[in-house]
Amino acid sequence: MKTLEELMALRDAAKANLTTREDSSEVTRIVVGMATCGIAAGARPIMAKFVDEIAKRNLQNVTVAQTGCIGMCQYEPIAEVLVPGKEKVTYVQLTEEKVAKIIVDHVVNGKPVVEYTIGAITE
Amino acid sequence: MRELSLNVLDIAQNSIKAEASLIEIELVESTEKKELLIGIYDNGKGMNDEQVQAVTDPFFTTRTTRKVGLGIPFFKMSAEMTGGSFGIESVPGVGTKVRALYKTDHVDFTPLGDMCSTVVILITMNLGVDFIYKRSLDSKQFVVDTRQLKEILGDVPLNEPSIVSWLTDYIQENTKQLTEV
Repeated sequence: MKTLEELMALRDAAKANLTTREDSSEVTRIVVGMATCGIAAGARPIMAKFVDEIAKRNLQNVTVAQTGCIGMCQYEPIAEVLVPGKEKVTYVQLTEEKVAKIIVDHVVNGKPVVEYTIGAITE
Repeated sequence: MRELSLNVLDIAQNSIKAEASLIEIELVESTEKKELLIGIYDNGKGMNDEQVQAVTDPFFTTRTTRKVGLGIPFFKMSAEMTGGSFGIESVPGVGTKVRALYKTDHVDFTPLGDMCSTVVILITMNLGVDFIYKRSLDSKQFVVDTRQLKEILGDVPLNEPSIVSWLTDYIQENTKQLTEV
């Protein structure tokens, strides 16, 4: 059974390991659409998968955030990946498998997964 | 929505948009009455009577990206189609209370689904907002209050991976305990 005492121990361990995040100009941001349209289309497990992959790979300087309706409800779940100094990439009709590939190819290795982007779908 | 917990996630976004600093999510289940109450209460900026009237209309929305707003209408429908009821009260400057009552033995009752995931996402994605999650089944209850967790954590953020995983397990275990005799 998880207890609050255990939380205190985790806090102390986390404190010791807290690496100071480098300045925000280095941070890659992932934004998931979480309005009614996104949620109905399955944004919650997509969000959870992004968080999970980042934790699993211990990626520093990557944050996940939520936003409202991105305006293309028929393509939900949608996520935008914003790498500093690069153009924003919008991924559409996401699945958990696509998320794993985006993390590896785009976020870690810097190569956007073109076939999952809005541009590829609407062509 | 395939799960009521997704409606909860959706409705709570309205509270966040209304700049609430404290959001309470309450689930009260009675086996005897075969009822489930879901309440979402916030201290956000609230709405006037006219807006309260309008939000159950799918063609009313504050969003600018398109002309329909289905969050509240979906939530209302999910309750009413089980023979339950729906209510919304709001006071400008004070906050908003949304309640949906379900008849859990009705064939159109949507499963609650992964409530834990909804709560964990709300908490970890909105560190500036406090959440109280109360869940009860008959006479048993458990409560998670992020104000208490933040007090323990100090400057360690609630979205730290080890903390997120503790929080997920903590909510799951407590939920499971409710159903154990």
